[in-house]
Amino acid sequence: MLTIEDLHVKIGEREVLKGINLHIKEGETFILFGPNGSGKTSLLMTLMGFSGYTVTGGRIIFRGQDVTQAPSFERARLGLGMSFQRPPTIHGLKTRHLVQMCARGRQVDPEALAGKVNFTEFLDRDINAGFSGGEIKRSELLQLMAQNPKLVLFDEPESGVDLENMQLIGKVVRSLLSGELSPRAELSMKEQKSRTARSGLIITHTGYILDYVNADRGQVLYNGHLCCEARPRDILEHIRSYGYQECVRCLN
Amino acid sequence: MSKVDLSQFTFKGLERPVIEDLRTMSAADKEQLIMSGVDVDETDRSASFLHMDHSNVHCESNDPNVEIMDIKKALAKYDGLPDYFWKLIDKDKDEFTRAAAENLHGGYFIRTTKGVKIEKPVQSCLFIKADKAGQNVHNIVVVEEDSEVHIITGCLVADSHNAGAHLGISEFYVKKGGKLTFTMIHNWGENVTVRPRSYGLVEEGGAYLSNYVLMKPVKDLQMYPTIRLAGRGAVARFNSVVVAPEGSHLNMGNRVIMDAPETRAEIISRTITTGGTLIVPGHIQANAVPARGHLECKGLILGKGVIHAIPELEGRVAGVELSHEAAVGKIAQEEIEYLMARGMDEEEATSTIVRGFLNVEIMGLPAKLQETIQKTIAESEKDMF
Ligand SMILES: Nc1ncnc2c1ncn2[C@@H]1O[C@H](COP(=O)(O)OP(=O)(O)OP(=O)(O)O)[C@@H](O)[C@H]1O
Ligand SMILES: [Mg+2]
Repeated sequence: MLTIEDLHVKIGEREVLKGINLHIKEGETFILFGPNGSGKTSLLMTLMGFSGYTVTGGRIIFRGQDVTQAPSFERARLGLGMSFQRPPTIHGLKTRHLVQMCARGRQVDPEALAGKVNFTEFLDRDINAGFSGGEIKRSELLQLMAQNPKLVLFDEPESGVDLENMQLIGKVVRSLLSGELSPRAELSMKEQKSRTARSGLIITHTGYILDYVNADRGQVLYNGHLCCEARPRDILEHIRSYGYQECVRCLN
Repeated sequence: MSKVDLSQFTFKGLERPVIEDLRTMSAADKEQLIMSGVDVDETDRSASFLHMDHSNVHCESNDPNVEIMDIKKALAKYDGLPDYFWKLIDKDKDEFTRAAAENLHGGYFIRTTKGVKIEKPVQSCLFIKADKAGQNVHNIVVVEEDSEVHIITGCLVADSHNAGAHLGISEFYVKKGGKLTFTMIHNWGENVTVRPRSYGLVEEGGAYLSNYVLMKPVKDLQMYPTIRLAGRGAVARFNSVVVAPEGSHLNMGNRVIMDAPETRAEIISRTITTGGTLIVPGHIQANAVPARGHLECKGLILGKGVIHAIPELEGRVAGVELSHEAAVGKIAQEEIEYLMARGMDEEEATSTIVRGFLNVEIMGLPAKLQETIQKTIAESEKDMF
């Protein structure tokens, strides 16, 4: 699904990613840990193709295509979808309208999708205008459901979310990754199988999301380097007990 | 504004014959009318009025509660309309009001029946058909007590290359508890000079809601419609959506004078220049309390052009609550990128943001008219990016 080779990224003069190598298979969900400021969000933004993140070396291969220099809409159309942590407000753009645009011509029912994230009352509000932290999460998920991407990039699904909504978000993320949102009735078994091969790259500090998704691989991003590959729960346990200090040793 | 030389225009002799049915007009004229918000079938309108060059050519009411006629007829019928004619605007205000006073071509007189809510909009259309025509009109609208009406006015030229001058006097009277929604679509041309002079008086509990749309080039336009809220609880709202292409020189303000307690005023403008010059004054004056007023002026410069926002708040008594928000800028890159990450290319993303910015939906117009405006926006987007 996704292969990152020796990726170097600068923001302005500053190198934030210093040689990242990562492979995420079809149907696999990868968990990314790392201390504040280590470059996790930058990695996602770079994968999505945002300006300001200059790739100074390495490649990004997504579904067999080198997208390192591709504009973000091409990546999105190839099946890359991202949940933003702090999305901008766009005045006059109704959430409902954006949901429809995310589907890019496919038939979607904004009411039904919004129902899944308890967001129907927000459909006629301007996108992100005054949305609370938890509401942003639900709005992002709603757009992703309409987009139905092959690889979901999710930056801290649990930040700013209360316990009840965590459950909601966890379940929706799970259904996104299982591909069960695709219309399937008319598909053959083989097609159904290919439809369900969704992948994920999720950033988490708390690990709450692990209760909901099937993730068997994880790594720590530390100061622009990836290290410590293990089962996500083991990494979490390790960080809880020893902090990120161990990573320094690991990297040397 | 540049000095206007009215002698360049023909203010005499462009009389036009009656048009019984708007559908019999030429395809080109009809298209222009439709783009200016006119329903040529008249099925969704309670009354229709068309003034072409120097004559009223069509006037019809399908609703017994809408009185509509040419202003000259109304002056004859009602002894010169002593309560309404030149009561809010000074004849000698400037050369344009004088020109309209001295040589009146026509204009509409519209009056509702007391206590009746008119279901379908009334439409009026001021049409400059001949090249170099000068048009003097005087409009009077009387919304009687506790009645409601939506008037859609389209102002246009037959050919966008034609020269013309439109001098329009409008006096609005909203009586106690009445509500007037006044939607104006300007569809002028690159050689047209426009000088509307509008003033409205809103009595106790009344409301004046204005929607203004201008997307097409216009050489030179200056207006400053003013509403006086004279009675307790009166409300005024101006909503303008303006695009100024290269060659357009626009000076368009709105003013609300709050002369009674518990009044509310809102002036909202969304302006885009793609090369034109836009001067956007706004003025709320409050002389009584409680009074709440808000002025919001947002401008986008796409490529080049000038937007000069001049918001003015004038509180003249303790306790008024007036605020304003003005911003002139560009489309935020962050917003474009957000939409691009959802699969839109840059042009789609920009167009989506521009439509959101102009936010025509806020006017709550009939669906067909809204579609027409969206279509015009789509066309003018060609100049935007
Ligand atoms: N636009 C920017 N300009 C300058 N520096 C930036 C910019 N964006 C990010 N950085 C810096 O790059 C580094 C990596 O930031 P990033 O947001 O990727 O961290 P993170 O791992 O997501 O952290 P957190 O866990 O706090 O979300 C930080 O030191 C940050 O200050
Ligand atoms: Mg981050």
